[in-house]
Amino acid sequence: MIKYVGKRLFYAILTILTLTVLTFFMMRMLPGDPFIGNKAIPEVTMEALNRKYGLDKPVLEQLIIYISNAFRGDLGVSIKYNRPVTDIISQAFPYSFELGIRALIFATIMGVLLGIVAAVKRGTKWDSLAMFFAIVGVSVPNFIIGSLLQYLLGLKLYQWTGVKFFPITGWGSVASKLIPSFALSFSSLATISRLMRTSMLDVLGQDYIKTAKSKGLSQKKIIWKHAVRNAIMPVITVLGPIAASVLTGAFVVENIFSIPGMGRFFVMSIQDQDYTMISGITLFYGIFLVAANLMVDLAYGFIDPRVKLTEGRE
Amino acid sequence: MDKTIKEKIDKSRFEWVGANVNESESITRPTTSYWKDAMHRLSKNKAAMISLCIIILILLLAIVVPAVSPYTISEQHYAHTSEGIGFKDPDDGHLHIFGTDKLGRDIFTRVWSGARISLVISFTAVFVNVIIGIIYGGISGYLGGAVDNIMMRLIEIINGIPYLIIVILLMMVLEPGVKTMIIAYAAVGWTSMARLVRGQVMSLKQQDYVVAAKVMGAKPGRIIFKHLIPNTLSVVIVNITLAIPSAIFTESFLSYIGLGVQIPIASWGTLANDGSKVFQMYPSQLVIPAICISLTMLSFNLLGDGLRDSLDPKLRR
Repeated sequence: MIKYVGKRLFYAILTILTLTVLTFFMMRMLPGDPFIGNKAIPEVTMEALNRKYGLDKPVLEQLIIYISNAFRGDLGVSIKYNRPVTDIISQAFPYSFELGIRALIFATIMGVLLGIVAAVKRGTKWDSLAMFFAIVGVSVPNFIIGSLLQYLLGLKLYQWTGVKFFPITGWGSVASKLIPSFALSFSSLATISRLMRTSMLDVLGQDYIKTAKSKGLSQKKIIWKHAVRNAIMPVITVLGPIAASVLTGAFVVENIFSIPGMGRFFVMSIQDQDYTMISGITLFYGIFLVAANLMVDLAYGFIDPRVKLTEGRE
Repeated sequence: MDKTIKEKIDKSRFEWVGANVNESESITRPTTSYWKDAMHRLSKNKAAMISLCIIILILLLAIVVPAVSPYTISEQHYAHTSEGIGFKDPDDGHLHIFGTDKLGRDIFTRVWSGARISLVISFTAVFVNVIIGIIYGGISGYLGGAVDNIMMRLIEIINGIPYLIIVILLMMVLEPGVKTMIIAYAAVGWTSMARLVRGQVMSLKQQDYVVAAKVMGAKPGRIIFKHLIPNTLSVVIVNITLAIPSAIFTESFLSYIGLGVQIPIASWGTLANDGSKVFQMYPSQLVIPAICISLTMLSFNLLGDGLRDSLDPKLRR
């Protein structure tokens, strides 16, 4: 167990380090020089500037300074907003986190339920309907879903009925949180339901389910007490990647609905070429997701007694 | 017990006529190869066949329309901007099947030349992914041991970072354009293919024909590329079909957030981005590229599912 946790932790740290080094070199490779302006700068001033920002040091030393600063929470100052990146992140992150968590919970619950229904009613209309919904969900990009929902539920529904059910943009009232959360959860919901169906069918074909049936348990009990508990395991393993897709999906969903979260800042900083913001947020995302993956991996080991952690899964 | 079964049957009522030499050796059904069989199963899958037709149609339109269209993608018609679907100008007789955008450009032409760009990017990127994935996975799976361990750990690290973030970083550093898009996606998209091929190769290399090849002195390179890789083909084909929609998504996503191909080239993603700016007023300008993107992705997903079912019936659900 300790060996397994240690191994996971080691890879998590290695991944974060790789990302840090990658971001550092990419930002160095970017075209342009921060000090080049309209006027030619005298060489002495240039040297002083380079010294001030530590650019005269060898690359390796710069890298080490960058890493140690990053791990102390200093991600530099945003070029556009002239504020520390960590400041902006701590202000914007709560919005993104709430949106992401809402989407994740909704996607997991609905996806699992849909998968169960499809598997239990295999081959019926319900199954085809659920799976059609799922494949559409996998195939329609989140920025399209977001725009369409905004148009239909935010604008058209209001025009048709005259009652404002959902505001078009913003993040405040409960109603305003519904459409963005759903738009963001859509593709994950579909992925989870497809996975849940396959896994549920697997479990339902096993011998112990037959035993449960033959000893006369009700179908309700078989499904909820015996099948679902085992079938849900693969869903837990994909929660890490799903969290990643929810997070990147937030780039566009936050933009569409004007939610002041991190995704919006990220996309805006890409358009503004605000390099410190980009590298800072990238690093933050990376660390956040690696931590989420690690937690999922460890949780999986605790939840499923069949996983022998000491043997170290692939 | 039934009485009739117990009744004794007289042996003399039966006569041994001898084995039919001609028929005992003949095969009653025509022989089919694995691929023929799979294609037969696929042709019975309605959803997959419809998807295939849609894909062919989209490919044809993408090839033909930009070549024969009377307009170019940047040509502006100031007299009729942001016109609706099926607009026909009474004065100069211009017909715009999908209407025009806010600069008066013909959307029909733009959508199908956008299809060219989007499809070229995704197909090329997936092709590069497959090549890298096959070589990497093949070597890793065949050699095993420490080499395999190191190669797989490397993949684990790459997979730990969401690929979109790496792609975005790469897009920022490199010159924006079609080539960069392909390079950026190819740089991170190969890992799943490599894992898949590795798994296949690891189970295949235990088989007798590989041992036989080894005994006859075949070198590892020959065994991997002549014996093992061809046998992973079915899995690879399914994965290609399922990787294309994800590449299309990535391309349109990047274009949508402003990192994609640059003006004057248009892709489906940039068209969707342009359309979303005037969405409240002229929804058709977003809906058309949106339908194109979704329909293409849906078709490839359904075709991929169908291919998986028909190539590996054991996995069928």
